[in-house]
Amino acid sequence: MDQSVWNAIFIGLSFALYIVIAIKSRATSTKEYYTAGGGVHPITNGMATAADWMSAATFISMAGVVAIEGYNGSRYLMGWTGGFVLLTVLMVPFLRKFGKSTVPDFIGDRYYSKTARLVAIICAIFICLTYIMGQMRGVGVVFAQLFGWSDWLGVIVGGTIVFFYAGLGGMKGITYTQVAQYCVMAFAYTIPAVFIAISLTNNFIPQLGMIGEYTKDAQSVPFFEKLDAINAELGFAKYTASTMPKIDMFCITAALMCGTAGLPHVIVRFFTVKDVKAVRKSAFWTLAFIGVIYLTAPAIGSFARVNLIESLHQTKYEEAPYWMKDFEKTKQMSFEDKNGDGLIQHWGPAEIAKGKVNELEFGKDMMVMANPHMGGAPKWVIGLLMAGCIAAALSTAAGLLLVLSTSISHDLMKSIIKPDLSEKEEVRWARGASFFALLIGVYFGINPPSDFVAKTVAFAFGLAASSFFPTLLLGIFSKRVNRAGGISGMIAGILFTLSYIVYFQFLGGTKEQYLFGISPEGIGTIGMLINFIVTGIVTVLTPAPPQEVQDMVAEIRLPHGAGEAVDH
Amino acid sequence: MKSENSEKSRKHWKLSIIYTLSILTIWFVSSYGCSILFRDWCDANLPKVGNVPFGFWMSQQGSILVFIGLLFIYAILMARLDRSLNN
Repeated sequence: MDQSVWNAIFIGLSFALYIVIAIKSRATSTKEYYTAGGGVHPITNGMATAADWMSAATFISMAGVVAIEGYNGSRYLMGWTGGFVLLTVLMVPFLRKFGKSTVPDFIGDRYYSKTARLVAIICAIFICLTYIMGQMRGVGVVFAQLFGWSDWLGVIVGGTIVFFYAGLGGMKGITYTQVAQYCVMAFAYTIPAVFIAISLTNNFIPQLGMIGEYTKDAQSVPFFEKLDAINAELGFAKYTASTMPKIDMFCITAALMCGTAGLPHVIVRFFTVKDVKAVRKSAFWTLAFIGVIYLTAPAIGSFARVNLIESLHQTKYEEAPYWMKDFEKTKQMSFEDKNGDGLIQHWGPAEIAKGKVNELEFGKDMMVMANPHMGGAPKWVIGLLMAGCIAAALSTAAGLLLVLSTSISHDLMKSIIKPDLSEKEEVRWARGASFFALLIGVYFGINPPSDFVAKTVAFAFGLAASSFFPTLLLGIFSKRVNRAGGISGMIAGILFTLSYIVYFQFLGGTKEQYLFGISPEGIGTIGMLINFIVTGIVTVLTPAPPQEVQDMVAEIRLPHGAGEAVDH
Repeated sequence: MKSENSEKSRKHWKLSIIYTLSILTIWFVSSYGCSILFRDWCDANLPKVGNVPFGFWMSQQGSILVFIGLLFIYAILMARLDRSLNN
């Protein structure tokens, strides 16, 4: 059977499944729309949160970054898992105890001010929009690859599908759809890895193959020595070498971790479980399910690197494997025979300095999709992978849209502008908002703000780290921090981070101008420190919060008495 | 009765802070410590995992396993602590 038939079968089946689930559990009231009624089992919630969490950035982009940057790529691996430790021990049990359904709700009450709530809403909108841009880009790349379309068409088609079930299904639809999506993603990610692990290392567990031997040569060698040797031969830095300044690596990892703990669309996931105890259990399951994918990613990355070089470098262009032509069509790969010898040559900086020319260019976002092709996996495996790619991008985008539309319909319209909004009107506002957000996401999906998906998404984390993380943390762990401090801290943090990112990504800032050598990806860490400092100083200079707010803080620290939460 | 309750709550809060800080210490050492700041030292001085230097393995696999373990332990410890408050 033809590859496109296999793709159609897997994608068609998975979609049919999601749509059936979404229709069967269609939301009827606003309460269900936002949080599925508040009674989701910890394991179910863990699986759905994992699907929500693992976006196009994780699924499509991350292993590619690891493949090309080697050790430096670990910043994503650690950043996007370690954040769950912060989230679990510092944030969600307390926020769940507080018992409101959104993050701006908490900030509005804790900082006893509509202004604080408004600032929080604006921050949430910026964070979600940046995140959606990355997802839309991911959707575009996958659809383009699948049908040989140009990426703008892929982005538009993907966006329409996201709108369909985020808008109609509501949270309940999404929770159960996401359980199905997690299963599709987990199989789609690990099965190709198993095939390639067997072919390269003779071990069917990728994580063990990776730390084992490379068995394809006549004499087996340790796998990572093989990788380092390949990189050295081509003139790249060693795969295992740290080539990024330690401070940048540190700051990016910190921004990703703290951003995770401040991301509104992840935090609200934990409002859907029964009580505080279930929140902790659910967080553990979430990370365990995420771990399945994250522990496989470095294996996929390193296998893809070896396969890519072995199958293309010094190969005649006419004899190049079929998949190379496919990726050339969608511009994820390009080859120009600069020295006219008919061979594909891929050289790194050290060899180029010696006068060799690099003829092969490829994007980081193609590695995962190309991986099973390169490893010669069966066609059905590739079909499964494509279904997984789409599930990853769509599930996250749908969750984000939900938070975004909630911020506008519930937090902005109902709580601030028009308190007498009926339930029906509220749902209508939510749908209108998600449509508008999608338009912006689609625009930036077609004109992406950075060169690969994971980086765009990292900016969203920087924004979350610099705005919500410190404000939520201080709001929970300090009784003294007050309205003026919280508001000025959030504003200072997010403005600093946003302007730094915009300056370097859109206004032509250069590497030499980096503050302490920190790239825009990692600047959220500095923004976070600024937020902490500004909040601290302003708080000390202004009076303590009223007694009832201090009592409220004391109350959320106790585990009991968290009743049927998430009721407005 | 009320003061007894608040005494219990204070103790509960103090213990949960201790748990939290211990967990964050391990979290920090495994990710920022072994995998970033002292990675080279770990590579050179600690035993290899399979064929892979320790610091590099921690950055790509070990830290993630540690994080999962930490959340498992945290859920158990806190559940036990909460029960003691209710008794």
